Amino acid sequence: MTDKKIMKKGSLDELIKKLKSGGKRVFAPVEKGGKILFEEVDSASAMAADYVQTTLSAKDVILPRCEEMMRFTTGQGTVSMEKAPDMPPPAVVIGVRPCDARSLAVVNAVYLKDYSDALYKSKIDNTTIIGISCAKCDEYCFCTSVNGNPGDTEGSDILLTEVDGGNYLAEIITEKGKALADSAPELFTAAGGEDKAKHLADVKVQFDVRAVTAKLPGMFDGEVWITQSLRCIGCGTCSYVCPACTCFDIQDETDGNRGVRLRCWDSCGFGIFTLHTSGHNPREVQSQRWRQRIMHKFSYQPDQLQVTGCVGCGRCSRACPVDMNILQHIKEIEAQ
Amino acid sequence: MQDKIRQKARELLSSGAVKVVIGYGEGTGSRVRALFIQKPEDADRLIMDERCVQNLAVYLTKHEVRAIGKPAIVARMHVIRSINQLTYEEQFNEGDIAVIGISDSNEIVDLPDLKSIKEYAAGNPLVLTAEEKADLGKLETMTREERWNYWIEELSNCIKCYACRASCPMCYCPRCTVEVNQPQWISVPAHEIGNVEWHIMRAMHLAGRCVNCGECTRACPVKIPLRLLNQRIIADIAVNFGQSEEYALAAFNPNDKEDFIR
Repeated sequence: MTDKKIMKKGSLDELIKKLKSGGKRVFAPVEKGGKILFEEVDSASAMAADYVQTTLSAKDVILPRCEEMMRFTTGQGTVSMEKAPDMPPPAVVIGVRPCDARSLAVVNAVYLKDYSDALYKSKIDNTTIIGISCAKCDEYCFCTSVNGNPGDTEGSDILLTEVDGGNYLAEIITEKGKALADSAPELFTAAGGEDKAKHLADVKVQFDVRAVTAKLPGMFDGEVWITQSLRCIGCGTCSYVCPACTCFDIQDETDGNRGVRLRCWDSCGFGIFTLHTSGHNPREVQSQRWRQRIMHKFSYQPDQLQVTGCVGCGRCSRACPVDMNILQHIKEIEAQ
Repeated sequence: MQDKIRQKARELLSSGAVKVVIGYGEGTGSRVRALFIQKPEDADRLIMDERCVQNLAVYLTKHEVRAIGKPAIVARMHVIRSINQLTYEEQFNEGDIAVIGISDSNEIVDLPDLKSIKEYAAGNPLVLTAEEKADLGKLETMTREERWNYWIEELSNCIKCYACRASCPMCYCPRCTVEVNQPQWISVPAHEIGNVEWHIMRAMHLAGRCVNCGECTRACPVKIPLRLLNQRIIADIAVNFGQSEEYALAAFNPNDKEDFIR
C-alpha cells in the first residue's frame, strides 16, 4: 500500500508540534553528553543533527529497561493484586534507523507470536514509527548482510529519506502511518519519481547469513566459542544496546506489605542468567554464554521464529568495552 | 619497547614458564584488544602504544583464562597496582603469575615476584593528576542539591549492564551484593533508586582498593563519569587514612575516634 509523498525537512518541526498538541508523546534522537539517545522532544531543533546510529536503540519506548507489571498487597494469608497504572499516552518515535525498525519483527515474534504479551502489545499498538533512511554508515554497519538495507521500509510506519532540495521522500507504509499522515495533510505533497537509491548509504554485503544459519547447528562443540570469547568480560552491554534482544528478568520490590512487580532487561552474558536455585549452572563459563548469544540470533530464532535475531546495527561492536566485534566473529564462523 | 615485550613473551612461552601471555594487540578498525598468546610464534602480535590502556588484570581472575595455565601479563602501572591489591586480598600465591612490567616512562621493569611488585607499587603511589583534581574541584563547588541533581541526571542513563563491574579487576566476587536476594540488599531494576544504590554501593566497596585505572568510565556504554565517584573516595582516604596498607573499609582500630564503631 506504500504511498509516496514529499515532506519539506522544515515541516518536521510542525509535525512534532502537531503530534504533541494531539496528546502524543514524541521521541527522537537527542545529543546528550556525547551520547545520542531517544528522548521526548517538543521541537525538531532538539533532534541530533549528524550521526550514524544512536547510542541506545528506541527499544526503551516499547520494551522499557524496567516496567511495572502489577502491584500487590499481602495480608494474613492473602495476596491482592491490582493492574499496573494506565498506559502512557500514544507515542511516535521519529528517526528510527531502518535496521532498528526491522528489529521490531524480532521483538514482535518473541512477544506476540505464540503468546500475546498484553503489556508489550498495548505499547507497540500505541506506537508509530517514523524511520529515517541512512545516508551514511560506518565500519560496524552490516544491515545488508542480514536481509536489511539502508532504505528498508520493514517495521517503519512512515519512512523518510532525505532527497534533493531540502525535502524528505515520505513512504507511507502502514495504516498507522497513513493515519498519522492524514492528521497533517498540509505537510505532505505528491512525490514526483525521486530517486531514493542514490541517497542511501552503500553498505556492502559481508557474509551469507543463510550459510551461517545452516552451519551453526554443527558447530555447537567448536573451539571457536572459546577463542572468540576469551577476552569477553561478561557484561550485558551487547544485549542492552541491541534493538533485537528481548530477554527479561522479573523483580518484586516490596515496602512492608505492599509491592510492585517489575519486568527488567536481562542478558545472557551474565553468569547469573542461567544459574539454578540448586547452584547448578548449565552455562558455567563465558564461552557457553557467548555461544548462546550467537546461536540464539543466527540459529534458534531463524529456526523457531523465522527471523534473524540480528539486524546489523553494529551497536554491540561499537559499545563493547573489549572489542568483541560481531561482524568479525560471524565472518570467522562463516569461514570455518 | 614493543620488541622487548615480544622477546620476553617468546622466552616465557618457549621455556614453558607460562602457558599464556596476556597483552595487547590490534583489534578491529583502530581499536586495541586483549590478546591471549599461547604459542611463542604468535608473540609478534603483541603491541604497545598509547592506545593500550585496558586494565588487563581483570583477566587474571577469569575462570577460562586461568584454565589455560599459568599466565604472564603485560602490566603497565595500573595493572601493577591492581596485581598488588589483588595480592593483598590473597587472590594470588607466589608463582601463580608472571609479570612483564612496563614503567610510566615506557621501560621494561623486572618484577620477578610478588614482593618486588609490592615494592614497586609502594614506590609509585597513586596520586590524582592535576586534571583529575580539577574535575573533583568542580564537583566540590556545587551545592549539595546541585551535586545530587548532577548525579541523578548522570545515573538516570544507567541501564544496569554492569560493564563497570565486569571491566574492573577489583570486582571479582563470585557473587556480587546486587545478586544477593535473601534479602535483596541492592535494588536490581535500572530505575532511579536502583541505579543510585548500585553505584554508591560499588563505590563504597572500592574504597581504598580502586587503582584509578578508569576502566569503569571507559567501559560504560552511556558514558557515566564513574571515575569521579571513586576519585572522590580516593581523595577522602588520602586525607583520613594516609597511604595505609590496610584498606579503609576493613580497617579497625580500638582507639578509633568515632564512637559508633567501638
